[in-house]
Amino acid sequence: MTKPAKNPAARWPAAVKVAGAIGLVLAITLTPAPRPAWFGVEAAVLCLVLIAGRVSPVVVLRRLAWLSPFVAGAALAAAWSPHGTDWRILALRSGLCLATVIILARTTTFGDLLGVLRQARVPALLITTLALMHRYLFVLRDESGRMGRARSARTFTRGRRFAWLAAASVVGQLFVRASARAERIYDAMCARGWTS
Amino acid sequence: MHIPDGFLDAKTALVTTGLAVTGLGFALRQVRRELPPRRVPLLGLSAAFLFVAQMVNFPVAGGTSGHLLGGALVAALLGPAAAIVVVATVLIVQCFLFADGGLLALGANVFNMGLVATLSGYAIYRLAFRLLPGTRGRVAAIAFAGWCSTVLAAISCAGQLAWSGTVAWHVALPAMAGVHMLIGLGEGAISALVLVAIARTRPDLLEPAPADQPPPDRLRGFVLLGLLASVGVAVFVAPFACPWPDGLDAVAAHLGFAGQAAAPILPAPAPDYQMPGLGSPLFATAAVGVGGMLVVFALAILFSRLLVREPPTPKSPGP
Repeated sequence: MTKPAKNPAARWPAAVKVAGAIGLVLAITLTPAPRPAWFGVEAAVLCLVLIAGRVSPVVVLRRLAWLSPFVAGAALAAAWSPHGTDWRILALRSGLCLATVIILARTTTFGDLLGVLRQARVPALLITTLALMHRYLFVLRDESGRMGRARSARTFTRGRRFAWLAAASVVGQLFVRASARAERIYDAMCARGWTS
Repeated sequence: MHIPDGFLDAKTALVTTGLAVTGLGFALRQVRRELPPRRVPLLGLSAAFLFVAQMVNFPVAGGTSGHLLGGALVAALLGPAAAIVVVATVLIVQCFLFADGGLLALGANVFNMGLVATLSGYAIYRLAFRLLPGTRGRVAAIAFAGWCSTVLAAISCAGQLAWSGTVAWHVALPAMAGVHMLIGLGEGAISALVLVAIARTRPDLLEPAPADQPPPDRLRGFVLLGLLASVGVAVFVAPFACPWPDGLDAVAAHLGFAGQAAAPILPAPAPDYQMPGLGSPLFATAAVGVGGMLVVFALAILFSRLLVREPPTPKSPGP
């Protein structure tokens, strides 16, 4: 998801892609329910981007299937209410919107997205936070995996109560280590001449 | 609770985005003014921590599992303004990288989980902590705050779905609030357990750095942010539960109708938030809400007694 994509769409200007994605999502959201033909037009636009950008449709479908429980749950709630929107329209709408965001994520690196945010004059503090989070997200994920593995190697699982205590101590330790790492990162940033 | 795209109409998306941008901008200004530069990287690391912590599974009955939501916990650890920035960062990354939560619904998600959950969690945590001092008090306070913040964010989310005309209010409120009253129990328990785990190794992390910020200013900022969140929730919920313009009759008709139209989704002890014998449905809803809060508050105190055995002396040696 985050590794540099090898398709031609990765070279398109990121601002155009983000603006296009927002526009398309807006169009899908605003499409009136009694005119389902417009959804066909929007789906065709998505397919064109897919072909032009040489994004693998299998990847998009796999991500879509992985995320569909969210959509299904919300559509179920809508199906339950007599005066709400038709749940099939809802599912179609959010499916198309999801596909749009997935294609955007497949063709744009996170660094490019941050560049777009910088162009849009988003405060620097938020961009620094986003960049640092993205940088250390995978580090911390691996660290949490290692801690969980170490814990299961050291201890016997004695039922659910113990599993909760163990998981909570992993989360707590993760915060302790994250804040210790933040101190080291601050020193490293200062050593490289960072000013806020 | 991540709202996907397509479930909010343009009006709701616009209003929530406006509220979220205002609140986030204000929180960023607040953080820049009062956070020492030394702690700036902690924001990014805390966001990464929260993202990873949400992936740690806690087994619940029947093969299902829950996870931490973390709004109240992060607010208790970092303070309200920093928590808003951290949760918003997590939501932005989840939206753009993992398509979790919609692009146009990002404002609504930031409002519900970034503003409502963190601010209410922080306020309730501080209030309860003032009532119950010591480590036990801290643990009970975070458990209670975790539950309240989850339920409040869910009610705000239900209001937005109903305001968009996606789900009728009398389905959205019991479904969202009911389910999240259960989820909130898990959230409170997990937050308390994590807090105890942190208190065991680094109790100093639990004390918010009082170093170099003037207290009255912090309070004013917090009050302003809280006002913004409350006004937002009022905008979403008031059209359905408003006691002003001739609304009371409409609400009564609405809820009476709800009782026949919708089968109860959860077998709640007080179905449809109405207690028999109380006249006004609005009053009954409030009564059930307060009753639920009292029960959970008692549970939180009990839970803290179970967790923290030693007499309330916060200094315990790390392993």
